Amino acid sequence: MKEIRLTAPVVPEDLAKLEAGMVVYLDGVLYTGREGLYRRILDEGLAPPVDLASVSNVNFHCSPAAAVRADGSYNVGAVTATASFRFSKWMNRWFDASGCRMIIGKGGMSEEDYRQHFMPKGAVYLTTVGYGTGALLGRGIKRVRAVHWLEELGIAQAMWIFEVEKFGPFLVDGDLKGNSLFESENRKINATLADVYAGLKEPALRRYGETTSRKDEVI
Amino acid sequence: MIAAAAIESAAYELTRQAAIVIPKDYSNGIKAMLETEKNELSKFVLKAMIENWEAAEADRRAMCADTGLPRFYVKAGNEARVEGGFVAVEKALRRAVARATSDVPLRPNRVHPLSRVDHNNNVGIRAPEVDYSFEPAADWLDITTVHKGGLFGTDYRMLFPGDGLDGIKKFFLDVLVQFGRRGLACQPAIVGIGLGGSKDTAMTIGKQAACLRVVGDRNPDPTIAALEMELKTLGNSIGMGPMGFVGSSMVVDCHIEVAHTHTGGMPMSVHAFCLSSRRAVARLHAGGEIEYRTDPGWFTPYYRREGVE
Repeated sequence: MKEIRLTAPVVPEDLAKLEAGMVVYLDGVLYTGREGLYRRILDEGLAPPVDLASVSNVNFHCSPAAAVRADGSYNVGAVTATASFRFSKWMNRWFDASGCRMIIGKGGMSEEDYRQHFMPKGAVYLTTVGYGTGALLGRGIKRVRAVHWLEELGIAQAMWIFEVEKFGPFLVDGDLKGNSLFESENRKINATLADVYAGLKEPALRRYGETTSRKDEVI
Repeated sequence: MIAAAAIESAAYELTRQAAIVIPKDYSNGIKAMLETEKNELSKFVLKAMIENWEAAEADRRAMCADTGLPRFYVKAGNEARVEGGFVAVEKALRRAVARATSDVPLRPNRVHPLSRVDHNNNVGIRAPEVDYSFEPAADWLDITTVHKGGLFGTDYRMLFPGDGLDGIKKFFLDVLVQFGRRGLACQPAIVGIGLGGSKDTAMTIGKQAACLRVVGDRNPDPTIAALEMELKTLGNSIGMGPMGFVGSSMVVDCHIEVAHTHTGGMPMSVHAFCLSSRRAVARLHAGGEIEYRTDPGWFTPYYRREGVE
């Protein structure tokens, strides 16, 4: 498997090197942010707590297992991502508002999201591995530069700014060509899925459902 | 008499241990799957997880930042006596979780379902959950903690006797396929299945089958044991592995627990215990000794008893 080490904030030339399925490690600065941050900035119109573009253009969908020590310093233990598909509705506006060009999270978004929202902005998506390699990622965090909106959003949803070194591993899910690693794997699995179900009769009592094809995803 | 202070300190130690150290039965199961896995991406994921467990243990940090929902299973010997009674046990367990949350640290995952208010200590209304069982002719207290994550990988369905094994297999496959994609179930998982009982019983014993039985353990009923092996093989033949990549590593083991049910129904639940299968056990003896282990030994012959007496 191809492996690459990049510096954050990321530059377009580096993003162009990424292909779905590559292994990535990061050095530099990134920030965490998920629904709490998106809601406040994009839906409620609050000013960001810091000039985002000047901090980094890498947004990690993460809630650390962390605590604030009595002296006010931060004890960051394990770090893992949360499932990103829930945040896709904010991505388009987020890229514009923040200048973000790399999302790191869990499990990716749909290929359609990449083509509609990521590609036009020159943004990529990396997924954490496992899940989750919380201890390995925790090791990669060298310093907590700041925590914003800790009071307002709590430890899990606050905006943590991390300085990182050999932070990873991550896998490229959505590259600049609009490929999705997860969906290409789905297509391969779907090709033989009917064989696994062959001969099993339908249960007597049906259920209402939003999807009935086993080839669909439920995200 | 078992001291209340000993219960709190054991529960605190268990909470830390469960968050940091992967149980050997599970890690050995994953290492064995790595031997047979042929897909490069799936192998990469399994190797990364093994490295992660080593890093967690070396650094004494939680293996996954989603440290799940800490909860307890208490098995009390019928002759066990506890200082302050079981109200004191519950107080000790709540205190241990609150302290460990800031010390390990664990992620403060527990929020009120409507207000979303977080006490930042994993304690709240019905949190941590405490389930009980009893054991005849014993004077010890077994405390097991399980920290299961889990927005995905669990489902319940009312099946009917006429649905038979086909219905069981199909629902089992449905849960794995829908939550296996993108690795939402954080597989390879210990898959627990609850069959029968009332609806809530089916959910409860399925979860206990996933979280309280170790990899390699078989149900003592040979028919159920054979079905466990059959479903494990079926799950690993979907063609899906970790993270929903092409592969054969989906089910590290399958455990089925049953309960006598309504004559007209066959309720079924499926639960997936993940790549951070957090469980740890302590036995507190009347004399003050504490023994730590990772096999809860929850499903005793007495717990599975069938007759009147």
